[in-house]
Amino acid sequence: MEMPRAPLLSVQNLTIPLPVGLDRRYAVETISYDLHAGEILCVVGESGSGKSMTANAVMGLLPSYLKPSSGRILFRGRDLLTMSEPELERERGRSVAMVFQEPLSALNPLMTVRDQIAEVMEVHGEGDAMTRDQRVLDLLNYVGLPDPQILRDAYPFRLSGGQRQRVMIAMALALEPAMLIADEPTTALDVTTQAQILELIRRIQRAKGMGVMFVTHDFGVVADIADRVVVMERGLVVEQGTADEVLNRPKHPYTRRLIAAVPHREAHAVRAATGKEPLLEVKDLRKIYRSGGGFFSKPRVVNAVNNISFTLRRGETLGIVGESGSGKSTLGRCILKLTDVDGGQVLFRGRDVVPLSAGAFRPMRKHMQMIFQDPFASLNPRQTIGRILTDGPVANGVPYNQAEARARELLDLVGLDASAFDRYPHEFSGGQRQRVGIARALALEPELLVADESVSALDVSVQAQVLELLQDLQRRLDLAIIFITHDLRVAAQICDRIAVMYRGEIVENGPPEQIFDAPRHAYTQRLIAAIPGREWNPRAAVIDLKEKQR
Amino acid sequence: MKTLEFAVQRLSKAALVVVGVVVLNFLLIHLAPGDPASVLAGEAGAGDAKFIAQLRAQFGLDQPLYVQLWTYLKGVLTGDLGYSYRNQVPVATLILERLPATILLTGCAFIFSLVLGIALGVLAAYRRGSIIDSAVMTGALIFYATPLFWIALMAVLVFSINLDWLPPFDMETIGAGLTGWARALDIAHHLILPTVTLGLFFTAIYTRLTRASILEVMDLDFVKTARAKGVPKARIIRRHVLRNAILPIFTFASMQAGQLVGGAVLTETVFAWPGIGRLMFDALMQRDYPVLLGVFLVTAIVVVIVNLVADLLYRVVDPRIEAAG
Repeated sequence: MEMPRAPLLSVQNLTIPLPVGLDRRYAVETISYDLHAGEILCVVGESGSGKSMTANAVMGLLPSYLKPSSGRILFRGRDLLTMSEPELERERGRSVAMVFQEPLSALNPLMTVRDQIAEVMEVHGEGDAMTRDQRVLDLLNYVGLPDPQILRDAYPFRLSGGQRQRVMIAMALALEPAMLIADEPTTALDVTTQAQILELIRRIQRAKGMGVMFVTHDFGVVADIADRVVVMERGLVVEQGTADEVLNRPKHPYTRRLIAAVPHREAHAVRAATGKEPLLEVKDLRKIYRSGGGFFSKPRVVNAVNNISFTLRRGETLGIVGESGSGKSTLGRCILKLTDVDGGQVLFRGRDVVPLSAGAFRPMRKHMQMIFQDPFASLNPRQTIGRILTDGPVANGVPYNQAEARARELLDLVGLDASAFDRYPHEFSGGQRQRVGIARALALEPELLVADESVSALDVSVQAQVLELLQDLQRRLDLAIIFITHDLRVAAQICDRIAVMYRGEIVENGPPEQIFDAPRHAYTQRLIAAIPGREWNPRAAVIDLKEKQR
Repeated sequence: MKTLEFAVQRLSKAALVVVGVVVLNFLLIHLAPGDPASVLAGEAGAGDAKFIAQLRAQFGLDQPLYVQLWTYLKGVLTGDLGYSYRNQVPVATLILERLPATILLTGCAFIFSLVLGIALGVLAAYRRGSIIDSAVMTGALIFYATPLFWIALMAVLVFSINLDWLPPFDMETIGAGLTGWARALDIAHHLILPTVTLGLFFTAIYTRLTRASILEVMDLDFVKTARAKGVPKARIIRRHVLRNAILPIFTFASMQAGQLVGGAVLTETVFAWPGIGRLMFDALMQRDYPVLLGVFLVTAIVVVIVNLVADLLYRVVDPRIEAAG
């Protein structure tokens, strides 16, 4: 055992009240935890658990209407909550630095990379223009950015998501702080980029001996990098301990529930869909995006969907997995004729829908429905759930009484209370709204569902419920589902077959076992290797425990 | 060069717009009831048909409309904007004489409203929720809601007639024969009332726009990043917030710059300012078509040029524009 030493950061009995009238009284309530130098502490929880709130409280970056009412935040023995704003300004950036979730919005769009990094040193009176310039170059090199000489004069919009996050990290490291707070720093990134950024944070943390407070919702990420873990639920710390303890021997029921909900490639019985007739056949589908181009310049051409072919049977789920820009969403839109196609065929029940006019296609549209990603943006806030569910059928000629009766059935089917019929979307949580989205898609009794990142915006426990619902509905209604996602773990859990897309092409297509255990294409191999927490088996952790309890 | 390509593209479009404006104005004016020949003849005290016909022939008003339009367009291309029925001088001469006065007034009003409006907006946003904020915003609301001509009349009443601080009209003291600095000071003195009057409405708009824009930008993530870097508040406002908040203000300013020539009609008339606005007003009362057309043409060209410059500048202010094409 190591000698006990004073923690770098010690949060003690911190309570932050919420403004009156919200669903609970405290954002965080009497929470306590320590962070030591040289360790990575993961604060994990679902949305609304208060995990980001504590991170912001440590930085003194809480919005003005939130003020800690009791407790202390000791940093190197000094209480940050009693410091004046100028005192805090001296600490921020110098001894404590922070990296945020959205690397695009977190960078000033009108300042070059160089100016933004140099500013940290400038405001803390570090070096002169020359030395700062050199330091910027060194930092960009250190975080592994290509061509730092050129890149330092670029504006953030020129960089990719991963590059922007590297710039953020370079900025945070500029003055070699003792503590780094990372608030969901990889959530907005693609999985391969996420793996690189996690690797970078771990490397830096070891090299500099920093204490890192890493806020995340993703247990896979926790398994990859945490030394110690704090689990938060609705403003309370429900469990904390070493990564091994919390991940493999969780004690608190909430932790166990969360871990059980983590999508994991569990060999699910492949349903026998093979004997059934094909519902959808896609042949050599092509979609080209042209942009820019004027009097003097050639337009930029992107093959968003390039010669894609596959077959989908009734009762079968095909996962389309890829990173951002791979063309997976465009493929979904092409199949549903939500966008023009540049070539190929989409045979639905044997009939090619590509050449059909909008009018000729309309009667077929109700058989193919979409579930969208964002449960907040995809429901009209001014319409009741009832209206949302009946509009489609009524427009397709169903009498209102019948549509209403069906809508109430659907609410029951997706696990919502019948009273939801007269309520508005804002009265529901994200998971409930996604259920409404599913009910809406089902209202027209479709045979094909296209789910585009439909569970990506949801917390794991909610995600697990929605996935279960989809599987259950599929079994009952014999639906064919195209499940578009960036998350291989989710795809593995629900799909019968997975097609991996890369730059507009399907590079590999097969059952989950093949994709996971024997990936053939180099890109698939990279993708599999990048899955966070793949060494850790959440099922084993929870099942083990159940057995022990018996 | 992308910017050069962009400029060429925009210039050709701008030229088309100007031609369109000329044709449209020409047709609209001739659609309006009333005939300059009868107005002139009436004023001369000889309203008989023969004299009117003679005048009409003299000004080419007896020709079919498309011939008149063609003649006018040919003239415009060679810089000949026609001849004022009324003042018996070429329109181009008349406009060139008056243009500097208008540019001086509108330019001053533009800068006045922009600088004061942004300053007040920043102040209100920085002290959000304080008495200063409420005072500034109430003031802005009052000037936003008050008609320009009323402010002009009240300003003359208070500052010229009651207090006798500022001259009520004209651009300089008539018959003073001042030269050099003395004349410049005299003009500046005369400039104050019309500038403030013309600028107040826009000041109010800039104040509101700036405050709203700053408050919006202050909620953005990169401001939090700046705070996390330890950047002091004043510097955050200066270096991060203002730079981003200025974009919508810039857009509005480029529209205002175009409007200023038109907005000056009222101010110039009230303060007897010898500019284009008053020329237009007089020409309108006298059915002096060539002068009206000339003023419209010059105004259109100013608007088009200002917009062009604004678009080019926008690409400098916001580096993301070029990429978006």
